[in-house]
Amino acid sequence: MKFTINWLKEHLDTKYNEEKIINKLTNIGLEVESFESQSSEKDEFVIAKILNAEQHPNADRLRVCNVDIGREEIVKVVCGAPNAKKDLITVYAPPGAVIPKNQMKLSISKIRGVTSYGMLCSESELKLSDESEGITELSSKKYNNQIGKKFFKNNSPKTIDLSITPNRADCLGVRGVARDLAAAGAGKLKKFDDSKIKFKGSQKIKVKITKEKNQGCSVFGSCLIKGIKNTESPKWLKDKILSLGQKPISAIVDVTNYIMFDLNRPLHAYDADKIKEGIVVRNSKKGESFEALDNKKYTLKDNMCVISDKSGVLGLGGIIGGTRSGTELDTKNILLESAYFNPRSIRKTSKLLNIDTDAKFRFERGIDPNSIEEGLFKAARLIQKICGGEISRADVQKIETFKKIQIKFPITFFENITGFKVVEKEIIKILNDLGFVVKKKNNDLSLTVPSWRPDILLPIDIVEEIARIKGFDQIKTELPEKVRDRPTLNKQQKLFHFLQRSVASKGYYETVTWSFTDSKINKLFKEDMNEVEIINPISSNLNVLRSSIFSNLIIYLKKNLDRGFKDISLFEIGPIFNGNKPGQQKIVLAAIRSGKVSRHNWIEKERFVDVFDAKRDAIQSLVEAGFDQNKLYINDKAPSYYHPGKSGSIYLNKNENNPVVYFGEIHPNILKKIDVKTEALVCIEIYLDNIKETSKKLKDQKNQYQYSDYQKSERDFAFVIDKNFKVQDLINIISEVDKNLIRSVKVFDVYEGENIPSDKKSIALNVTIQSSEKTLKDEDLEKINQLIISTVESKSGAKIRS
Amino acid sequence: MSDIIKIKEEYINKLKDNLDLNNVNQLKSELFGKSGIISNEFKKMGSVSAEDRKKFASDLNSIKNELQILIEKRIQDIEINEINLKLQNEQVDVTLPERSFNRGKIHPVSQVIDEISSIFSEIGFSVQEGPDVENEYNNFTALNTPDNHPARDMHDTFYLDNKKEFLLRTHTSPVQVRTMLSSKPPFKIIAPGRTYRSDSDQTHAPMFHQVEGLHIDKNINMGHLKGCLNYFIKEFFEVDKIRMRFRPSHFPFTEPSAEVDIGYELKDGKIIIGEGDKWLEILGCGMVHPNVLKNVKVDTSKFQGYAFGMGIDRLAMLKYGINDLRAFFETDYRWLNHFGFDPLDVPSSYRGLSR
Repeated sequence: MKFTINWLKEHLDTKYNEEKIINKLTNIGLEVESFESQSSEKDEFVIAKILNAEQHPNADRLRVCNVDIGREEIVKVVCGAPNAKKDLITVYAPPGAVIPKNQMKLSISKIRGVTSYGMLCSESELKLSDESEGITELSSKKYNNQIGKKFFKNNSPKTIDLSITPNRADCLGVRGVARDLAAAGAGKLKKFDDSKIKFKGSQKIKVKITKEKNQGCSVFGSCLIKGIKNTESPKWLKDKILSLGQKPISAIVDVTNYIMFDLNRPLHAYDADKIKEGIVVRNSKKGESFEALDNKKYTLKDNMCVISDKSGVLGLGGIIGGTRSGTELDTKNILLESAYFNPRSIRKTSKLLNIDTDAKFRFERGIDPNSIEEGLFKAARLIQKICGGEISRADVQKIETFKKIQIKFPITFFENITGFKVVEKEIIKILNDLGFVVKKKNNDLSLTVPSWRPDILLPIDIVEEIARIKGFDQIKTELPEKVRDRPTLNKQQKLFHFLQRSVASKGYYETVTWSFTDSKINKLFKEDMNEVEIINPISSNLNVLRSSIFSNLIIYLKKNLDRGFKDISLFEIGPIFNGNKPGQQKIVLAAIRSGKVSRHNWIEKERFVDVFDAKRDAIQSLVEAGFDQNKLYINDKAPSYYHPGKSGSIYLNKNENNPVVYFGEIHPNILKKIDVKTEALVCIEIYLDNIKETSKKLKDQKNQYQYSDYQKSERDFAFVIDKNFKVQDLINIISEVDKNLIRSVKVFDVYEGENIPSDKKSIALNVTIQSSEKTLKDEDLEKINQLIISTVESKSGAKIRS
Repeated sequence: MSDIIKIKEEYINKLKDNLDLNNVNQLKSELFGKSGIISNEFKKMGSVSAEDRKKFASDLNSIKNELQILIEKRIQDIEINEINLKLQNEQVDVTLPERSFNRGKIHPVSQVIDEISSIFSEIGFSVQEGPDVENEYNNFTALNTPDNHPARDMHDTFYLDNKKEFLLRTHTSPVQVRTMLSSKPPFKIIAPGRTYRSDSDQTHAPMFHQVEGLHIDKNINMGHLKGCLNYFIKEFFEVDKIRMRFRPSHFPFTEPSAEVDIGYELKDGKIIIGEGDKWLEILGCGMVHPNVLKNVKVDTSKFQGYAFGMGIDRLAMLKYGINDLRAFFETDYRWLNHFGFDPLDVPSSYRGLSR
């Protein structure tokens, strides 16, 4: 919403200066976006100083000048003027500027092999004088400290640009803004010009609003102005239209536009001679079409509100008129329309047809239904003044009568909500100034809402009116109490935070990527999950919700590899999606690690990252998050995007159905498909939703503190066992031989090859044996050794290696 | 008697020789072994006459002690000498690099979410979350934004079905709806999370983060709202004083609604939050609209309260001097390293929010 201070003053008697008006507008909820002159084409011409002028290498008459235009960088301009020399202050036109003399638009160009950015201008080129011999010379005394400033003064008046919230339809007209300012004490709202019009005859074009379901028009007012001479608008009107940032067209169009911005009352003018046998306001039928004033042809659907005549559609009511009945400079008779269209209908139609106009913007927010005649007459009066002609009496067709809204407002409600008090007298004055009719009944106010405020329906809306006019600075600051009566985070949230920081502490950089991804890459990771398509993605490579975090991580891994990084550790914790309904999502922590460990290290042997790095990071994080390492159960099942032989799952215990972690290498075929070139890549996924909440706190999960001071013994064993036999099972067999005595089992060697059959492997284990009751004697130890060997051999088919 | 003095002198002399550890141990066992010289002298004790026995015992003991001390000292000296000798060959260049270690990082968004949670935790808010995929009702209708409402235009929504029933939430406000529908007042929650709008340019990302706040109880008014936000802003930016203004605005789900600006100044191109003469819009808030409370079955004759929403990414940018919103989501290893936080750096009230 744009207007000048002077325009505002046509409605508001005020002693406020510009600054006070600007501040007041913001304080009452009419946010000032900007307050500046409409930009002009001539703004680009700036005062500049030639820093040095050197001979052009390929042309005797040309010079290459380095020019200071008040910015950080110095520009290079090729110039033919004999007076272009060091320290001269002149006028610079950048590429894109239009030279006033010949309307030529500048571009960056090469002049005899040297690129020239813009131009230094002569007085004649700037239309300052006829002097065309050399470039403009400005006095260094006057202009030396103005380098970079605009050369031409912008004389157009400053325009206030308000950002009007969708509820405040009334402030889409200058008068509405003035009313708010007046209520807030910035002045007095001027009286409306309601001088009598000399009507001549009645409006003879028949208008009918059809009574049908979903009729979008409830009132259609019109008058005829006959015998006019349409013309260019007078200067005052042109200036107003220009200040809105629009182009003046003709007196009739400009007047209707002016009234729209002045009173928030959209109007439409038809060439009355082009209307065939009266107007019918009706619902459109599917397939009807018309050419609109934006020169586009629209084909309509059912039930759009159209203004039509016998030949068909003239325009879309409240949205846009048609070319067939448009006014032109030779128009003699016009029909002026002032109507009320239903916001919902306007919104629906304009959305379907994708049309946005100033009228549509206003009607969809709600126009004052009682402003039909006021707008009609103000416009008619102006048109008559500029174009002559005779005005008919108005014809108002109505199929619905507007009912004013009544609100019962308990005065104490204001303080209940805002926490501060405004005296009753002041409340009444504010509401009166805003246009409410106020009656006092006991402790309540009985209010009639002004017809231009469709947003006010409830007592709470009245609270806002009083509060904003009074000023939000009146609201007190009640210090918050430092009381906490429930925990800030629940268990799942704590787990989230713990795992996030735990994984990060293993050397991974946390990242945040989009929740959507490229379906082509997503497909590689989605397994049997449903893919969730976005109907209106911002780009075709962000067209589905992610089924896995890996798609994005690997896309960004690739970008970082391209940046020259090799050893990259990244993770993200966030949602993945398996349906388009709320709740069909899971929280997953996914981490990837590429390249080498100890690359270029003088003391450690460098090696590729491997699946056991991933396993360590996963298990350490689980242990840090409070899970018992001894209960973890591992198997070699993992989704198909993992390397089939180098991946696995981790379960919190053997009886769980769902793994909490997958780890391993990514399937080499996938890396090939996405064209990721890395020496090694391992991954982890932690499914937080598969980690069931435990009811007990960690401290309550712990066993009683027990320890043994009796002597420990260690024994080493080597078993030759089937290649496929899992070491985890071997360890379990040993541990269970005697849970009281066997304290730990460690694998210290795995060997395949010479001396071992090709379908076998040798596993070397170190077993710690300790009793909590006594020091074990040699024969006790021998007994347990034998038991270990015999149990392992019978349960696993292994043979002890001698 | 003279025998043992002789022995003593003889061995004192021997111990003065250049000996190694073995030699000394040899001497030690010659003297004190099972049939060592001194041990043998003790065995003679029985044959000494009763009147001499006391003196003999005393002399023998003192000689034994003297020799023992001498030998122990000699052993110690040799050992220390040996260590010193070894040390000369054990010089390493400690300026060589240490063994490698890993250092991970926490993303600024996560860090700021933790900071925000820590601040609101102090004044009794708990953290609630809701799904990223929402239905049209929770995201709009329940929040007093019916289908024909122009405010819907301000939310460029990603839809997940052709009927436009399911969508990616455009703000965290649906968490208000879920929270209030699933339990009874009072409510005092914050809801941080991902939000989505189909808008993408230099200053807009199709995904960003918001935190919602909701406090519903008896007699909660705009003064409490102002106090809560004033407290939060001061704590978050870790300044003693903050200039803050409430500006009337409009959101369909609050009434009255306000936008909140905070004061700042520019110093050397950097934004300094606090008391400068410029205003920066930082969040939107207001009293929860009675229509919203009715939609979630809260008795408006008993309960009222406020809600607010703010951009987490923007808060992170302002606090940590990050210029580019898009960079948050581009996973540039250099950026993550530069702006990321140490995982041990957990924001808390007693340790200070940030280091």
